[in-house]
Amino acid sequence: MTDKTVIIGLEIHCQLNTKTKLFCGCSTDFQGDEPNTHVCPICLGLPGAMPRLNKQAVLYALKVAKALKLTVPEVSEFSRKNYFYPDLPKGYQISQYDKPIAEKGIMEVDDDEGHPKNIRITRIHLEEDPGRLIHKTSRDRAGYSLVDYNRSSIPLIEIVTEPDLRSPKEARRFLNKLRSTLEYLEVFDGEREGSIRVDANISIKGHNRVECKNISSYKGVEKALNFEITRQRNLIRKGQRIEQETRHFLEGRGITTSSRSKENENDYRYFPEPDLRPLRVSGWVDDIVLPELPDARRERFMTQYGISENHARTLTGDLKVANFYESVADADPAIAAIWVADILLGEINYRSMRIDDVPTMNIADLIALIRDDTITDKSGVEVLRVMLDHCMGENEESCEMPADIVTRLGLTKAAGDDFTAVINEVIAANPNAVADYRAGKKGAVNFLVGQVMKATRGRADPKELNSAMDAALKEAED
Amino acid sequence: MVLENDVEGIAKLADIHIQKEELGEFTSQFNHILEYFDILDTVSDGEEGEADLVNVLREDEVTPSLTQEAACANAHETEDGHIRAPRVM
Amino acid sequence: MVKEYFFEEADRTNAFITRLDLAMYEETGGPLEGKGIAVKDNISTAGIPTTCASRILAGYVPPFDAHVITHLREAGAAIVGKTNMDEFGMGTTTENSAFGPTTNPHDASRVPGGSSGGSAAAVGDGMVDMALGSDTGGSIRCPAAFCGIVGLKPTFGRVSRYGLIAYSNSLEQIGPLGRTVTDVNTLMSAIAGPDPRDTTAYDRPYTHTPSGNIAGMKIAIPDEFFGEGVDPAVAESVRNAIGKLEDAGAETMTCSIPSMAYALAAYYVTCTSEASSNLSRFDGVRFGPSVETKRSWHDEFRDHRGTLFGKEVQRRILLGTFALSAGYYGKYYAKAQVARENVRKDFLRIFKDADIIAGPTMPQIAFKLGEKSDPLSMYLADILTVPANLAGVPAISVPCGMVEKMPVGLQLIGRHFEDERVVDAAFAYEMEVA
Repeated sequence: MTDKTVIIGLEIHCQLNTKTKLFCGCSTDFQGDEPNTHVCPICLGLPGAMPRLNKQAVLYALKVAKALKLTVPEVSEFSRKNYFYPDLPKGYQISQYDKPIAEKGIMEVDDDEGHPKNIRITRIHLEEDPGRLIHKTSRDRAGYSLVDYNRSSIPLIEIVTEPDLRSPKEARRFLNKLRSTLEYLEVFDGEREGSIRVDANISIKGHNRVECKNISSYKGVEKALNFEITRQRNLIRKGQRIEQETRHFLEGRGITTSSRSKENENDYRYFPEPDLRPLRVSGWVDDIVLPELPDARRERFMTQYGISENHARTLTGDLKVANFYESVADADPAIAAIWVADILLGEINYRSMRIDDVPTMNIADLIALIRDDTITDKSGVEVLRVMLDHCMGENEESCEMPADIVTRLGLTKAAGDDFTAVINEVIAANPNAVADYRAGKKGAVNFLVGQVMKATRGRADPKELNSAMDAALKEAED
Repeated sequence: MVLENDVEGIAKLADIHIQKEELGEFTSQFNHILEYFDILDTVSDGEEGEADLVNVLREDEVTPSLTQEAACANAHETEDGHIRAPRVM
Repeated sequence: MVKEYFFEEADRTNAFITRLDLAMYEETGGPLEGKGIAVKDNISTAGIPTTCASRILAGYVPPFDAHVITHLREAGAAIVGKTNMDEFGMGTTTENSAFGPTTNPHDASRVPGGSSGGSAAAVGDGMVDMALGSDTGGSIRCPAAFCGIVGLKPTFGRVSRYGLIAYSNSLEQIGPLGRTVTDVNTLMSAIAGPDPRDTTAYDRPYTHTPSGNIAGMKIAIPDEFFGEGVDPAVAESVRNAIGKLEDAGAETMTCSIPSMAYALAAYYVTCTSEASSNLSRFDGVRFGPSVETKRSWHDEFRDHRGTLFGKEVQRRILLGTFALSAGYYGKYYAKAQVARENVRKDFLRIFKDADIIAGPTMPQIAFKLGEKSDPLSMYLADILTVPANLAGVPAISVPCGMVEKMPVGLQLIGRHFEDERVVDAAFAYEMEVA
């Protein structure tokens, strides 16, 4: 039986969230701004302009190196990568070639069976982003491009893995953990549009390797890899050979296509950047203090808050969620875990909201209400939905406090007596169901309970209600 | 020794169009010069110089950018603040 | 107070690409106040077209001043125009210009030298007292020698390159040209010094008054500077000049620079490699003559460069592309850096015993226009000037007599950051023959 092992390696480009660009003082905060308003002679590539290396970008790269257990060599250098493209103003990209800032690290990830394995990181290096192209076509002329240089020279960190990944799902888990780690290090903002780009190398053991470029989302990576595996397996089955080539991922269609452009054959003619001096920063690593990273935080959540591994995993996967949880956990860690991980995240996703948009105070309040048995779980969900529907993101005052919503909508849990009357009314109003119950159809109880829930707008606790209904029906029999 | 074909290949890599008529002269001049460069083969493998200036870094502080007008001032075709360029086909 | 400077000199030598017949200057009380200064057209001047004598930069108006220009303005200078040059600094005669050649003020049938030929001719012809040039492999010293004026290439990193349109970043420096050593010294004082925008520059300001006292100065004379490629009359003129330095109290000795054998090759591999990359940005999109946006990128880019770059520029881009290409990097570029380090080591060795190295600036007097039509023979003319660029040391050319009615230049080279001593040696010579 031939070994059909899938072999995957990734090259990930992440934008570092420094205040200024890699080689000039232009602000990196250009999202939503007019084109070409965050540029200067340097990032515009005007003749005579010279690069100036951003210290913070170097520090961020060293942080990543330390977190991923990479070695920082004594000397690191920048090199020019020469190629011609409309979004590359200098006709070369300042990157790192033979002397990257760090090499040979690892990141642990679970394989598809849930067992941890080490994915080797070959190297990380710093480089500048090119500008952005918008392609235009019009009826009276051939296509042309519009260039916006706001993105030109944004700092990127490129992370290259050895081909240690074995499935698209594993690759996706790796990427998620990487993203999470970079966010914990506070060097990366995953919510920023275009902040991560991935190239994947994939082969079936014994066959040629294919490179897939232009993947710009986590979902896209899994899609692209799945498509490629299928495509390659089909070719193998037909006895055809796999072309060693570069393919382009088309996100919208979920397919990869052969990229016949010149870029395949490019000789980048790397040489050391003569306008920049070398870096000797291996000694700086010792002074870098790493924050608590995702794995450690997960472990701590389990021990400190006594929550399950699943919950801990969900809650620590995203730095903002983890921080959010910790600011509401005091009310009741167990309840908080359920309400944040299982309920809140789903609700805000559905509304395309961000966890930033939810004031922690409000959720803490909600958790307290649940803990104190003031409202039922079902009411809790209703309160949450009502609140979120009117939360206007930055305007915290627009987020109504759950306690106020409960009062306003009259959702305070009905005490046992309150619904005795309702139970009796429902029994009286549904003689057929009562008859079914007497005939032994247990399903009739559920129907009757449902009617009470409707009448009390869910304020009644289902468990209590069930036993009360049982008791009432028995009493009625007598 | 490079041939006209090779010079054409280098011209492609460098994205410069060399007229066919000029190729012959270019190639012979090229060879002449490359022959002269062969003297470098006599240099035994050694060390490059070590840089005396290292770690020249800039603080991560925002400085003023050009206005959109100034940025586009030397461009011939602009559209909605973008600069027009030929498209890679 | 802003004042007017009327620049009315006739330009007989085609020294200028852009002239400001009316230049403005500020009364800053600086050392150059009210002085008309010419600037080589590869130095960015805000609001004034900057072309590098190339059609591919026709119409380009920089939105910023080079660091040295800011200094000139602070010193109260009036910038009277941008001078002609070999396109992008590539040449030794200022014949490779899209704006026609500049001629030598001493003989209109001869070249002024290059690539800062326009600056040298403007000074040599008396249009201005001082001018800025740039020197990558001799481009200040060569035209200074051919035009009979003084030109200094500073220690690498002493003058900021911010705003200098790059030809070969690791070799070039902006430097002063002037009628006298004192003029050159004044201009150097105004432009040298730190600039955070050039991270390869050092914080070494220059404040110096030339001194002619060179008693005890040790001058080494390399065998290789007087080899068979050097015209005997030129060699004799320079030896006499060195004799004058001895009269002023200096001691001479001989020395040898074995790395001279491959210095020129190392120079041309390095500068063409860097240039092939530096010149990639001229795509006609953000600046320069327009490209046809309806065509495909590579077709248009290729034609743009093929049409608007001059032949010599194209040749050097191809050479540099080749030298950096896969399979050839080790043979050419990497080897050139080792060769370069050997040149630097040779200089350091000689400078253990000597303070100054002396010899001719150029192996012959100014060529006739059109004489150097073969590229390689043109390159060979740089043989005596490139070593100083490779090593990064300061070097000056000072006029030392005439041969066949044409000026000859005496080249004086010093240790890193001893530009002051190099200027003193030149000043001493000037005083000795005054």
